[in-house]
Amino acid sequence: MSSATEAPGVVELERPAGDEHEEHDRPWIVVVWNDPINLMSYVTLVFQKLFGYSLAKATELMLQVHHDGKAVVSSGTREKAEHDVARLHAHGLWATLRQD
Amino acid sequence: MSDLPAPIERTADGDFVVRLGPDERDLLRRLTAQLEELLAAEPEDPSLRRLRPSAYEDEEVEREYRALTGSELESLRQENLRALQETADRDRLDAADLDRWLAALNDLRLVLGTRLGVTEDQFADGFDPSAPQAYELAVYAFLTWLQEAAVEAAAGAL
Repeated sequence: MSSATEAPGVVELERPAGDEHEEHDRPWIVVVWNDPINLMSYVTLVFQKLFGYSLAKATELMLQVHHDGKAVVSSGTREKAEHDVARLHAHGLWATLRQD
Repeated sequence: MSDLPAPIERTADGDFVVRLGPDERDLLRRLTAQLEELLAAEPEDPSLRRLRPSAYEDEEVEREYRALTGSELESLRQENLRALQETADRDRLDAADLDRWLAALNDLRLVLGTRLGVTEDQFADGFDPSAPQAYELAVYAFLTWLQEAAVEAAAGAL
């Protein structure tokens, strides 16, 4: 499993249902989906520019999108995830967010 | 086209040099003008759908999100298209110009590629000049070639 999927979001929390504090704390994740138009080099550049990722990390995420159809590229509060999705959309990438 | 010098390259002083002919620059101006017109006249045209992907699966949440962020995204897009139009004749770009070119070129490719239904390996078997839509495919290939060079130049500046 690559580092991209080891975001805090994938940790399974064994908490009683209805624990609203935990509900609130569960991070939101930003997913980028594969598409046939965006260039691989462009997607890598956008990941570097928007998130400050190294070329190696950005390339790994891009390849994950390309081969697996999607990759988690960032996570955090809902506000942060919405902000990241808006910036990805402004660069023409197909991104969604959801609470993990 | 591979033996030609790259159409966009980073210079030693950190700017970017643009090597395009008058016809290519004219094409960029016409394409950006056409997309601006389409955005204004037919904002719901299916070929524009890739410009505004959904952020949320839930339709109601998505509508709320779009109401908050949609107009900012559209005005940013128009600024970028306008910037490409106005700087299409330049031989030199700075980093901010190049960012706008990158965004505008990508929007043009997203719309044209959606309309043509291109696949990831569209030109794996080469380019067929007798194909229906051969002209549009050639334009798409030109935009792809130009964007590749712009990306490479921008990546070299990181």
